[in-house]
Amino acid sequence: MNNDYIVSLIKEDKRVDERKLDEYREIKITHDVSKNAEGSARCKIGDTEVIAGVKMAIGAPYPDSPDEGVIIVTAELTPIASPVFELGPPSEWATELARVVDRGIRESKAIDFKKLCIKEKEKVWMIFLDIYPMNDDGNLIDASVLAALAALKSARMPKLEEDNIVYGEFTNEKLKLNKLPVTITLGKISDKIIVDPDSKEESVLNARLSISVCDGNIHAMQKGGSDGITIEEVGAMMDIAIKKEKELRSIIK
Amino acid sequence: MTEKRVDGRKADEMRDVEAKVGIIKRADGSAMFRVGETIAIAAVYGPRELHPRYLQNPETGLLRCNYDMASFSVPERKKPGPNRRSVEISLVTQQALSSVVDLSQFPNAVVDIFIEIIQANAGTRCAGITAAALALAHAGIPMKDMVSAISVGKINGKIYVDLNKDEEDVEDATDIPVAFTGRTKKITLLQLDGNITKKELDEALKLAGESCEKLNKIQEKALRECYKNE
Amino acid sequence: MTTNKLLVKDKEIVIPGQELAQGLEYLPSQGTFREEDKIISTYLGLVSINQRFIKVIPLTGKYVPKVDDMVIGKVTDIGFYGWTLDIGCAYHAVLSLRETSGFIERNDDLTKYYDYGDVVVVGITRVTKQKSVDLTTKGPGLKKLIGGKIIEVTPSKVPRMIGKQGSMITMLKEKTGCNVIIGQNGRAWIKGDSTEKEALVTKTIMKIEKESHINGLTDKIKNMLESKK
Repeated sequence: MNNDYIVSLIKEDKRVDERKLDEYREIKITHDVSKNAEGSARCKIGDTEVIAGVKMAIGAPYPDSPDEGVIIVTAELTPIASPVFELGPPSEWATELARVVDRGIRESKAIDFKKLCIKEKEKVWMIFLDIYPMNDDGNLIDASVLAALAALKSARMPKLEEDNIVYGEFTNEKLKLNKLPVTITLGKISDKIIVDPDSKEESVLNARLSISVCDGNIHAMQKGGSDGITIEEVGAMMDIAIKKEKELRSIIK
Repeated sequence: MTEKRVDGRKADEMRDVEAKVGIIKRADGSAMFRVGETIAIAAVYGPRELHPRYLQNPETGLLRCNYDMASFSVPERKKPGPNRRSVEISLVTQQALSSVVDLSQFPNAVVDIFIEIIQANAGTRCAGITAAALALAHAGIPMKDMVSAISVGKINGKIYVDLNKDEEDVEDATDIPVAFTGRTKKITLLQLDGNITKKELDEALKLAGESCEKLNKIQEKALRECYKNE
Repeated sequence: MTTNKLLVKDKEIVIPGQELAQGLEYLPSQGTFREEDKIISTYLGLVSINQRFIKVIPLTGKYVPKVDDMVIGKVTDIGFYGWTLDIGCAYHAVLSLRETSGFIERNDDLTKYYDYGDVVVVGITRVTKQKSVDLTTKGPGLKKLIGGKIIEVTPSKVPRMIGKQGSMITMLKEKTGCNVIIGQNGRAWIKGDSTEKEALVTKTIMKIEKESHINGLTDKIKNMLESKK
């Protein structure tokens, strides 16, 4: 019934919480929410809440990039955040979320991995970015990306002693993010495009498109949902994403 | 003769604590509990349908508990997911709480508790239990009593309450997490590792009991405040 | 002999395990239990003292099905027996063929009457020991709901939203011209002729949920509704 209600409102360009079609819910970012992490942040979009933590380790580089550091993104959809999440190994949604967050950061070259090389072919910095949603009220992707960027931005390098990490001690050297590639997620409900779907709208969406954008350049995209979207709709979504990116980026700063 | 601890506390002084209820909107009940630099978040879902069916008990509801530490909560990253330690803590937590909840009106159903440690500096299972009790009350689960937990320990022959990580790591330290019910003052969690005499343990347990009484008052305040803010 | 002593005031907020009274003079009612000579609260809730009876009304908690309650359910399954509805608790609620208000032909397609996802106002006729719930649509006001929207509220606040003899809900309906039905299971159905009016009813109900314990709420709500006209 509520699905019908949402659809009937959308036809009049209205949303249940009285937002405009291209309006985000209130976004709040808090830095340094977990002190043992090299970097951490909490992002709230409306009632959706995600915590991201950055931990660093030293390890061997991948054989095909012997002089580059490595980033590994994991998402834990813990049952705390929603009655539909279950305990167990990462589900396909957790995997998708992690990979989408990863892609935006990687493809935009937000991190200079060459700077994370300690000894070519032997030792590089490994960045572990772990995403923990705490409350799922829709649009985990955008909240996760914002939390991840905020955590990476404030991350400090751990103290090293003869190439070994001294756990619990940090330097003042920041990890250095070159860019802040935010992600804007749009949904399609009966031919109308909305930004930042909440959980009730998510259950009605015909299709969803998450766009990672930085300074007008598009670095990653992920379409979800079982309905098709037209080329024009994709174009319209990209326009909205480019329009919104400054707004999101300014909140991280 | 009270030696001051590294962080300036007295032997019978807990770290600074903070409790907040209702922080996870989708959950039926939730709470955050912080003691020093240890932060625990608990969410309760239920009573709800229990699957798989063979776990269902026609006499009473089931209480299930899962304790987890966030990978970034500790200085050396912990791989996400359960390990033997978290499985054991989940079990003792469930037992610490099941004696106070009354699930007789929920046959075949389950009440799930999920605990996540966001930041760890010793005393995590105790913080988890204290948060979980708050979350259960917030969820409207019938309870005979509240529960709170704190660790006590022996370092260099002296008894202390609420050991932090540095104290826990001292060689030959004895660590004793304890949970007490609020009104009836019964112990529902008791674990120990170290080396201690009966007399020392008696002193430690008394100290734990007094500290849990203080925690109980903080829980009470947090629960009432959640109502005032509504 | 223990002295009889009341340890809390009427309308005080209490927590689980809290002592409410001492002595055999007082009698435990809903939401409380006796331990030796004391009466203890089972819930985080509001104390209600009626002469010798002490009750605690929980402030939170999922819906517990009771006979004669009117609730709003959603059809989740259909079988030869009738329909299974989700009424917001841990248990199955069944509307059997015999309990529908209309006459159903043999071999009729049951989805004609109530289909998957349909929202229906039902009454509870029976709650078994295992908490299976039997429903009926035989009765005034029990019917399928079409259009409108559903919001969820805390079941324990529903009486305040309905008001003494329906005074609050009647005021809501009259001042906004909307159709409003509030089920004991914490589901409220709102249907009006404009989304603005429906949003006003929603806001009003959420305000009652937040401030149900505060005095003078009825007047506050009255003002809220009138100022938005």
